Amino acid sequence: MNKYVNEFNIGEEGKIIKVIADGKIKRRLFDMGVTPGASIVLKKVAPLGDPIEVKLRGYDLTLRKDEAKCIYAEVIE
Amino acid sequence: MKFALAGNPNCGKTTLFNSLTGATAHVGNWPGVTVDKREGIYKKLEEKVSIIDLPGIYSLSPYTPEEVVSRNFILDEKPDCIINVVDATNLERNLYLTTQVLEIDVPVVIALNMMDALRSSGSKIKVVDIEKAFGVRCVEISALKNQGLDELMKVAYSEARRPRRGMSVLANSRISRVIEETTNKLNEEKIESPLFHAIKLIENDEIEIKMHPEIAKGVEELKTKEPKDEFGGDYEAIVADQRYKYISEHFANTVIKSQDDSGVTKSDKIDKVLTHRIWGIPIFLAIMFIVFHLTFSEDLLFLNGIFGLEIKNEGFINFLTGMGAEFDEETGAIIPLAGIPSLGVFLQNWMGWLTGAIIDLFRGFMPEGTWYTGLVCDGILTGLDSIFSFLPQIILLFLFISILEDSGYMARVAFIMDRAFRKFGLSGKAFIPLLMGFGCSVPAMMGAKTLEDEKERDMTIRLTPFFSCGAKAPTWAMLAVAVAGSFLGDIFVFSIYLLGIVVAIIAAIIMKAFSKNYDVPPFIMELPSYHAPQFRNLMAHLWDKAKHFVVKASTIITAAIILIWFLSSFSWAFWEGLVDDIDESILASLGKVLQYFFWPLGWAQGAEGWKFSVATITGLIAKEDVVATMAQLGLCDEAGETISFALSNSRIYAFAAYNLFTFPCFAAIATAKSESSKKAFPITLAFWFFGSYVISLFVFLIGLTFEVAWWVGLIVVLVLAGAVVLAGLLVSKRKKLQQA
Repeated sequence: MNKYVNEFNIGEEGKIIKVIADGKIKRRLFDMGVTPGASIVLKKVAPLGDPIEVKLRGYDLTLRKDEAKCIYAEVIE
Repeated sequence: MKFALAGNPNCGKTTLFNSLTGATAHVGNWPGVTVDKREGIYKKLEEKVSIIDLPGIYSLSPYTPEEVVSRNFILDEKPDCIINVVDATNLERNLYLTTQVLEIDVPVVIALNMMDALRSSGSKIKVVDIEKAFGVRCVEISALKNQGLDELMKVAYSEARRPRRGMSVLANSRISRVIEETTNKLNEEKIESPLFHAIKLIENDEIEIKMHPEIAKGVEELKTKEPKDEFGGDYEAIVADQRYKYISEHFANTVIKSQDDSGVTKSDKIDKVLTHRIWGIPIFLAIMFIVFHLTFSEDLLFLNGIFGLEIKNEGFINFLTGMGAEFDEETGAIIPLAGIPSLGVFLQNWMGWLTGAIIDLFRGFMPEGTWYTGLVCDGILTGLDSIFSFLPQIILLFLFISILEDSGYMARVAFIMDRAFRKFGLSGKAFIPLLMGFGCSVPAMMGAKTLEDEKERDMTIRLTPFFSCGAKAPTWAMLAVAVAGSFLGDIFVFSIYLLGIVVAIIAAIIMKAFSKNYDVPPFIMELPSYHAPQFRNLMAHLWDKAKHFVVKASTIITAAIILIWFLSSFSWAFWEGLVDDIDESILASLGKVLQYFFWPLGWAQGAEGWKFSVATITGLIAKEDVVATMAQLGLCDEAGETISFALSNSRIYAFAAYNLFTFPCFAAIATAKSESSKKAFPITLAFWFFGSYVISLFVFLIGLTFEVAWWVGLIVVLVLAGAVVLAGLLVSKRKKLQQA
């Protein structure tokens, strides 16, 4: 099953298929290691429901749901 | 020789820098941007080596000032060697920057930092893998434990004398042909580091395209000849993807993890509590409360207030606590102040005692009533007193901000609070500086430096004074006495604080709406592992800030205070010597002119109006001087407990509003100048000047309608609120339409 990372459930793991963004945000995502093929796990949602915390490439990254919407991934069962 | 330290944020670069350079380190600014530039000297080699600490970056892309500064430094200043600091516990992402640095024609040594943490978890690193793949030396170090630093420097020193050609991990990738041809073209034009520039051009890097427009066109042609793939010709994506692919393919087995690594880190365990869905926010608020309590409380842990613990601050205990005692003027009895002071109050008391004693000492020496005694005691020394008396609390608050930042908690605060702040064009990180504003604007503005986005930083600095600082509190307390109706006093003070917050929010929204293509800065941020803050780093940081503040602020503050002293001590016929009474001074006559300027605001009307104008001006020295000046002019007693002026509530409110929103004290103005960007500072001054005037005017006019009848006022307020909401909705709708 494929979906965007903002739709992930807590603990769900996925393999990134595509990053759909532009300019600064796209570059920032790439630089932080959000590239196709990387595996990504949703660890936590902030107390007010946004942003989210993910684990990828061995470290923790936080991003807003708006930005997580740019990451399309294949859920690993 | 010149070495540069490059690496990701949180890789331990600052600790390494401090270990290498010690007391020789000094902080400056990179030209044109508000990014700290740290330089120092390493002395243990045959020759002295200057070390430059580049800002922490994840990439050499052209998007943040930190990245641009680092990139320009490496390319233009040509350091003899780059020490690339890599967090060994987070190898994959850290090496991404390394792959970019390696493309530049400069000697590189990799410092594998945090080896102590890695080893203690039972893991190992095959250093040979990295050296073989990258063709550069790689040294295991622990900046924290001071391990391997001398060896690192020796290796860097010998590498610095061997010129190195850039290498790229993309050399054997599917875009190798484009890279090769572009590199050749750049080579023909004798451009240094052709490989680096070639790959940046291929990535459509803004800076590179501007530098080599002709070659950029050629690159586009080359790209069209390449076969299309799943990236659809997005070369920025291809390059980033290839770099990470290389790293994960070559170094998958470089870190040998211990058997009992469960994958749950210490940071995960701490975060279970600190960023908890329910408890995260209350814990954060509690931490902030503790910070304030330790800095400003005169009754530590409420030992006196709640538990009735009476500590008689007399004799030796008085000496120890620095609290002093109050004299009851009517009975002549000594009332010892109860309670133990917090660290901040304790230090402030002592500093106040010290500066007071110095001023008294000079007064004792110098002849009374001469202009030069006035200049020294009331001008220069009072100026220094206003800098130093707040210094302990400023430093303490800044220390707490630094601890929160260094430990990694600040990033979590941003995580917790971001949602609440985004609507106002600020990210969650802005919350701490703004909250600190309730204590003192100076450390708050210094703390704004933790914000990455320049616009957001400028905006935060601009709004900080609206969070009523501790020195403004005596003014509110005094005015509360003047507000008719005793029960209104509390509500009055509370409403002033509330007004500050509400206006800050509205101002933030307006600024966001009016600033051209301002979008909320993207929030894609590492949550670093928690670290115990390093004492040495903290102290180095504090020392820099304190020194900077004292040096920078003291010139502005002392000059300004001497000016105000001159204006308040002399008449226009200043050659006749000091005036006996401030009423006859230049300042008084200026106040009488300013009265017309302030007239529309209500509080400056009438025979005593000029006195309020003068008090507002002297408030620039330090905000507690508002009450002191009013006492001097006979508007109230020194403690601000009895008042002898009659203003209607609406005028009092307008006066309070003006003082809340106008220029902060000189110390804060000086800090704002040094912490905000060059082009933002004049706007900030104008914003404080006009903003306070307009708000005070509004408060007065609305107050007048309340004085007609309470329901008239209420209707006016409701109509205005409705209009504001409507305007807000229209603006946001228009923005949405524009976006669509």
